[in-house]
Order: sequence, then structure tokens, then C-alpha cells
Amino acid sequence: MKQRFTIVIFTENEIGLLNRITSLFTQRHINIESITASESEYKGIHRFTIVIQQTEELTIKVVKQIEKQVDVLKAFHFKDDDTIYCEIALYKIRRDENADDKLLNLVIKGHNAFIREILGEFIVIEKTGTKEETHELFEALEPFDIQGFVRSGRVSLSRTYSTFSKYLTDLETQSTEINFNK
Amino acid sequence: METVIKEIDQEKKVISGAEATILSLLAEGVDLLFGYPGGAIMPIYDSLYGYQDKLKHVLTRHEQGAIHAAQGYARVSRKPGVVFATSGPGATNLITGLADAKIDSTPLVCITGQVASSLLGTDAFQETDIISLSMQATKWNIQVTKAEEIPEAIAKAFYISTSGRPGPVLVDITKDAQFAELEFKYKKCKGFRSYNPQPKVDEDKIKKAADLINEAKKPFVLFGQGVILGAAEKEFKAFIEKTGIPSAWTILGLSALPTDHPLNVGMLGMHGNYGPNKLTNECDVLIAVGMRFDDRVTGNLNTYAKQAKVVHLEIDAAEIDKNVKTEVAVIGNAKESLQLLTAQCQANEHTDWLEKFNALSQIEYNKVISQELNPEKPGLTMGEVIRRVNEKTDGNAVVVTDVGQHQMVACRYAKFNKTKSNITSGGLGTMGFCLPAALGAKLGAPDREVVAVIGDGGFQMTIQELGTIFQSQAAVKIIILNNEFLGMVRQWQQLFFDKRYSSTELVNPDFVAIAKGFGIEASSVESRTDLDQSIQQMFAHDGPYLLEVMVEKEDNVFPMVPTGASVDQIRLE
Repeated sequence: MKQRFTIVIFTENEIGLLNRITSLFTQRHINIESITASESEYKGIHRFTIVIQQTEELTIKVVKQIEKQVDVLKAFHFKDDDTIYCEIALYKIRRDENADDKLLNLVIKGHNAFIREILGEFIVIEKTGTKEETHELFEALEPFDIQGFVRSGRVSLSRTYSTFSKYLTDLETQSTEINFNK
Repeated sequence: METVIKEIDQEKKVISGAEATILSLLAEGVDLLFGYPGGAIMPIYDSLYGYQDKLKHVLTRHEQGAIHAAQGYARVSRKPGVVFATSGPGATNLITGLADAKIDSTPLVCITGQVASSLLGTDAFQETDIISLSMQATKWNIQVTKAEEIPEAIAKAFYISTSGRPGPVLVDITKDAQFAELEFKYKKCKGFRSYNPQPKVDEDKIKKAADLINEAKKPFVLFGQGVILGAAEKEFKAFIEKTGIPSAWTILGLSALPTDHPLNVGMLGMHGNYGPNKLTNECDVLIAVGMRFDDRVTGNLNTYAKQAKVVHLEIDAAEIDKNVKTEVAVIGNAKESLQLLTAQCQANEHTDWLEKFNALSQIEYNKVISQELNPEKPGLTMGEVIRRVNEKTDGNAVVVTDVGQHQMVACRYAKFNKTKSNITSGGLGTMGFCLPAALGAKLGAPDREVVAVIGDGGFQMTIQELGTIFQSQAAVKIIILNNEFLGMVRQWQQLFFDKRYSSTELVNPDFVAIAKGFGIEASSVESRTDLDQSIQQMFAHDGPYLLEVMVEKEDNVFPMVPTGASVDQIRLE
């Protein structure tokens, strides 16, 4: 059964590594729903967060192939319930200066969003939440003439204690003697 | 080599990036490489000129020839193959060889020239983004734009390509980095944190594997190239001899165990032997050593060895459970894993079980092998040619093959006494592999007889390397098994496409005249009575030789597991 998985990858900061990782998805014809690359809590180590819809069996195979890449330190996969996650969405709405904003303000408030900036005839609304939540706000804003919409990739942190930190310490102290068997 | 580096250290520490490239190769013990010069790699070739006495360069006629030659060299010698190519088309011509080396785990270090860093991304003359292009086909690659980064990149390249599961790496060096100067110091790479090529063997898993093996009534071993790459031939032999388990090979595992070893029950897969395929679905414990359950080995996975508990010894963790679900996975190198496992296994014999393999082998012999090796029909068979090669070489030759019917026949019937003797394109199935790979194999093992067995189709894909063979005078014995067809495709068309021979018939040139035009002695044979003498003459000739053998046009390779069928549905006719 296909379900949503978040794959978290810790890597060295090398040019082209993103390409190497995404090609593993391309090879298996897996669509990437969202992808985020950023620094991690560890100096010099980057974190990729990739969201896919896939069976767990295939997800595990891809994660192993990712981990096999020379510049990848470690890769994990999580079900939605195992992580805290969100995305950011921005909505650009055309604003009629004479119109009453009351209704719009109600929608914004009701969705726990806020006005990021007012630009003359436009306002930009920001909302942080799950994809479903940002989509709900999109639907609620449709009557207000949406001129622009963008959603970021998912960012996520696991709910459990991070084993990566211990793993990294081990790597650095006894780099060639790590037991990779799970 | 040490002295070369020392000299440099003391006398002229500051050298060009190009010279640093050459010195880095010397520091890694390279004394032979293959390549083709061009604009963006000219500074490196210029430096090479000054080191010709220490570093021999083989100028192939095409970059694909260079990389396949390097593959052949690496596969016989336990050393990585080294390749030079220029930017743009030079680099893209390496792609097939990279993909081939990646899927067949062959250690290669390819160094490509690149346009100057100031021109990157401008669609400059002969610019291609070879880093992106080669990503899928390399174990690792890197672009170097600064001279001072060259030694470290090359050190890493050698370490990565040869350690763990070996593979091809590519170092792309911009022209300005080749010209610029650096203070040269070379330090071999011994490891870095994101890469763990030698996972520690889990003794718990060894114990579990041994328990399964000790209790098994019908255990069956499948072995692949992991045994050869891990230099574990001795350990493997000790393991099967102690446990008495019948063992079958993948085509890349071929030659890891001598052909006539009593526990060697033959070849796995689509054109493999009858017994190993049939009994895969009868064994109770399946022990896979250094192999990856390729689809050509397994046939239909849904009906593959479902009754068996699978033990998988493998260095690459990503191979575990990829195609076949394992009961026990031992991650580690074959040498260490086998040593530990053998110690935990009880001495055993499986006489009745082994007898089953022998009985099926007899059926196969009667139905297929006897007619193939000792035919009575008029046309020559590929098998009888291989049989005569065996007789002349006594199984001591390196046999290099291309892809297709002749490859399957050669792998099925060639006799091997020594490891690292079967060189073929297994995973990628690259036609055109054989001729340059045979050249590389001969240069990597100059004291051994190297026989290239090629079909008339594949031969014409890299035929230009006859020029390299002539120039280097590598004494390769080339046998073209000419059936004037793309034989394997024709066979499939006959069996599965209603005999509609769509674009498989070849009208060939005069191969003997071509070889002679290249300065290579050659002859052609079409009758059984002359065959033996022709082969004799080929081996007796001092230097490279091409023998064209006209074989039966429409022979088929059997046995065969049709695509999508189960291994036990193997057909003998």
C-alpha cells in the first residue's frame, strides 16, 4: 500500500549531490512531492527532506540506495505520524481599496494565517501548516482573486530522540569500525 | 614510485596541476593507462610526455575503446583501470563504459579534461557537463577547478573506486587547473566519515547463517563476482568443501571456482545449466555469496526459490532484500564473512542432493551439450569451437567475450582453472566490449593467453581497436564466431516473434582482409576438418591473430529460461 513517507538525508556539503540523490527516484519512476535542502544542526552537514508517496518496501530500498552514495552520511524514512512537519505557503490577493476587508480578515484569522505585507493593491498572506491546511486556506481565499500562490517543501523533525547524533560521534571517533548492520 | 615523489618534494615542489595529475597516478602505482588526447586535456598529455618511461599510455582509437580496455585490464589484474579523455565528446564517449563498470563493479579511475573554469556553463567549445552526465554511471565523481585540489581528488578517486564494492569514478579537471601551479604533496586516502567500505561482519548473523546451513538437507550455493573482487576464492573453496554444498555461478562469478571442481554444478540463469535452475526451486537453504539476484539469474521473482530460506553474504547493504527476501543477511566482504562462516559450519556431505544435480546434468548433456560440443550435423557450432579452444589452452587462458549467443556459449563451455579469467559484460550487456577489453586484459596479464570470442555484430561496434592492437602488438587471439546475424536477437525473433527477422541479418565485410589491412595476421575457416588446424595455427602465431569461424547461421542457445518464466521452467529445446 502506498503512503506518504518523509525521507531525511544527512550529507556532506558537495556540489551535485542533490542530482545524485534525485536520480535514484527518477530511475524508479518515483515522483518527488516536495524537497527541501538546508543546513542541519551539525556544522558542515546538510539535510535533505524529501516527501514521496510510496510503499514502505520500495521506500526502504531507495533509502538504502541513497545511503550507499559516497557522500551521504545517513538516511532515514518516517511515516507522517512519526514526525512533526509543516510547510509554508504564501498567497497574493488582489485588494480593492474601497472594499470591506472584514470577511478577508475573518478567513485569515480562522486559518491561523497572517498578513505578511500590504503592497498597495495586493496583500500577501502567510500560513504555516500541513499541505492539507495550506490547501484549505487556498480554497477559502479563492473568492478573493488569488494572484499568486506558492508552497514550500516540507520541513520535518522526528518525534523520537535523534540517533544520528550518536552515529555521527561514532563515525568521527572510529571511522572505519562502524557496524552498519541494522 | 616513492623516489619519484621524493625527488619532486625536494627539488621542485611547485609544479603544474597537469604534472601533479601524473605524479598522483605514479604515487598510486599506476604504470599503464588508456586514453585519447584532445584540447581540454592537453596540459596533462604534455606532462605525461616527460614520464613515458614510468607511465605507459595506450592510445586507443575511440574513448569507448579506452574505457573498455581499462575494464579488461582491471578485471584480470586486481588493479584499477585508468583512463584519460578530453572534454565534450571525449568524455561522453566514456559513458557506456562507465555504466558497464558500475553495474559490473569494476574499479576505474577516469580523468577527463574540462574547459577552463571561467568558461563553465557558457556552452564553450567541447563543453559538456560530464559531472551531471556521468552521475548515474559512476560510484563517485568530482570536478576540480583548482590545481591544489588535484592530488586529494585523485587520492580519493583511487580509494573509492577500489574499496568496498568497487566501481568507476570520474575526476573532471578544468584546463586552468591543469595549467595553474601548486605545491605538490601526495597523501593516499585512507578513509573519510561518510563512506564505510568495509562494514564489520556481524558475528550474530554468522551464527544464524551457520545454524541454517548446518540444519539444511538440500543447501545450494550461488556465487558471484563478490568472491573474485573480495579475493576470497580460497575461502570460498574451503567453505563449500567443508560443507559439501553444490555451487553454481553467475556469469561474473565464473572462474572463481575451477570448472572441474566436483561441487561446481554450473551456470545460473537464462542460458545457464539445467540442474542449477531446476533445483533452485527445490533447495531448502539458498546461500548467495557476492551476487545480486539479477533478473537474468532469477527469472520470475514471484516463483523464485520460494521454498528456500535465503542467506545472503554481500558487501553492499543496498543489495539485501532488493530482489529476493533474505532470512539472514551477512553484510561484509566475502573473504572475512566466509572465513567466519566456515569456522561455524559443520563438516558435511550432501551426496544424494549433489547426485540430483549430476543426474540433471546428464539429461542436459544428452539433449543439448553433446550435440553442441561434438556435432554430427554439417554446420559448425559455436560450442565445438570453444571445446577446441579448451583443448589447446587446457583451461588456462583468459577468455574475453562480447554480448550475445557466442557469449552464452563461451561462458557455458569454456574451461577455467584460474580465477579472474572470464571477462565479459554481464550486467549492462554492452556489445563492442570484447575487442578493447581483450586488449586491456592482455596488457594487464601479459604472460597469459588471452582469447577474445566475439560475434560478427559486436565486433563491428569497436572494430577500430584492431588499430590499437596492432600498434601495441598485444598478442590477443581473436575468434569471430560469424553467423551473419545478430544471433541472440534473431533467436528471440524466432522463438517469440514468429520468426519475423526484423533488422537482424548482417551483410558483413571481409574480416580477414580488414584484419590484414590493420597489419594483423588472419584467416577464415568454415569446415570442421580444418577447424582444429586453424585454431592451432592461431595459437602458434607469435602476435595478435584473428580467426573468423563461419558457424551455423540459425543455431539457438539452449537451455533457456524464457523471459517472465520461472527458473524451473527452463527449456532444453
